[in-house]
Amino acid sequence: MTALVVAGRELRGAFSLPIAYVVVAAFLVLSGSYLFVLHPFFVVGRATLRPLFEFAPFLFTLFAPAITMRGLAEERRAGTLELLLTWPVSDGALVLGKFLGAWGLLALAVGLTLPAALSVAALGDLDWGPVWGGYVGLLLLGGAYLALGLLASALTANQIVAFIFGFLACFVGFSVGRLAEVAPDGLGAILHGLSFERRFSRVARGVLDSRDLVFFGTVIWLSLAVTAERLRARRWR
Amino acid sequence: MRAVSPPPMIQVDQLTRRYGSVTALAGISFTIPAGQVVGFLGPNGAGKTTTLKILTGYLAASGGQARVAGKPVDGDPSFRKALGYLPENAPVWPELTVLESLRFAARARGLRRAALPAAVDAAIERTDLGPMRHRPAGALSKGYRQRLGLAMAILHDPQVLVLDEPTTGLDPNQVVHIRALVRELGQDKTVLFSSHVLQEVQAVADRVLILDGGRLVADDAPDRLGARLTQGRLTVEIGPDAPAETVHALLAAVPGVEAVTRVHPEAGLCFELRAQTDVRAAVAAAVVGAGHPLLGLTASRADLEAVFRHVTKESAA
Repeated sequence: MTALVVAGRELRGAFSLPIAYVVVAAFLVLSGSYLFVLHPFFVVGRATLRPLFEFAPFLFTLFAPAITMRGLAEERRAGTLELLLTWPVSDGALVLGKFLGAWGLLALAVGLTLPAALSVAALGDLDWGPVWGGYVGLLLLGGAYLALGLLASALTANQIVAFIFGFLACFVGFSVGRLAEVAPDGLGAILHGLSFERRFSRVARGVLDSRDLVFFGTVIWLSLAVTAERLRARRWR
Repeated sequence: MRAVSPPPMIQVDQLTRRYGSVTALAGISFTIPAGQVVGFLGPNGAGKTTTLKILTGYLAASGGQARVAGKPVDGDPSFRKALGYLPENAPVWPELTVLESLRFAARARGLRRAALPAAVDAAIERTDLGPMRHRPAGALSKGYRQRLGLAMAILHDPQVLVLDEPTTGLDPNQVVHIRALVRELGQDKTVLFSSHVLQEVQAVADRVLILDGGRLVADDAPDRLGARLTQGRLTVEIGPDAPAETVHALLAAVPGVEAVTRVHPEAGLCFELRAQTDVRAAVAAAVVGAGHPLLGLTASRADLEAVFRHVTKESAA
């Protein structure tokens, strides 16, 4: 319950500042441009949102840390973290609230691409299965990125440093699977299993494998747990 | 049947805190009963803020125990329901208005939705924030930010208030207002506040704790602390025409007087006497009997500043 109160404040706070508008608008402009302009959508002559789901994960490596970089870093810098942590709010509820607020903002940005999907559907025969799969995949992948970004934000009081740490974590998460091809067999299999890209692609094709859901769920839970632990450990520093 | 005294609202027992190799608190102990306003004094780095942060659960202690409203501060965070805390510099969320900040604080503290508007209105009224209720916190003056911090600290009607330097950086009018508010809050709450301003503590607190080098070096009512320092001291003022050496010898000869020191030589003939017994009558009789005009005879009282200097100097020695 307290986590939802924190999440609500996060969302309202984000829209009181330019950051939420900039992130949402930039995501929509870039993903829309890629879908309709940069990608030869009208040349291919096929009603598909696949380009959006190929491009959005890369955009998320930038936008997710941009959303979360304020998360805990700014609270710490401004001293408001001290307020929150001396209220009857547990570390876990605070971290979960921060995460849910950020996830809400990301979900809003993703949701605002639905008119693009409807436009594509109006132009041709759109197969909605992979579209819904793509949206679920974006929310899961975005959630994992945000959780990593929030963890980065707990490591420093500097927003820029938090953004860079968060970007690196998301970038490594997404691209680690590509190293699998050049890595030795045993390591390659591990890297392959850790690949956000491979798991996202599967979900985005409409294949809802419980292992992928558990994977993203585990990344989110683990990142949030480490973030909460980081807050708890701060009491001894 | 003996009356059972209420449990202390704040209980600190052998509290220690180390930052790496630096000891910030070296085993301090004190208890504060319900309804007392206590001023926490000490030079920079004495350990005041560390103590307050431990009491609020923001920092963990390295050793010892602390309890607020009967509950340990290192356990379940539910003890914070009984606690209102104003950190140093009154941090706020600049993008939230005063009203939004208070609503958020109330909901995060678990106030029921039905009780929320009344609690927020009461906090706004008590801290005189009415005209600012729709203004973003980031646009408030320092004084109003401090009031917003106090409003967030009291809106759940806590039993215990912990205020870290509540008047730092305020102009004199704002200081007067916040002091009055702290005094008023102290009528139905236990208040522990830190300050650098000794007059403030003297004016507001029922009791003073002085911390130095991580140790508690004084703990008493402000008046009693002053009296303790000046126990057995008299200031005698004599007409300026009298010869200083003669008067000095005269005073030193009064039975019971242990030491005579001339003070404030620029202000005439003023002496400070030290004695273990009340020698006022004997001193008056000796001076008047010798034909010197006696202009003043008062028991010395040290202000808190003198006490502070004295106990922190003693502690350093």
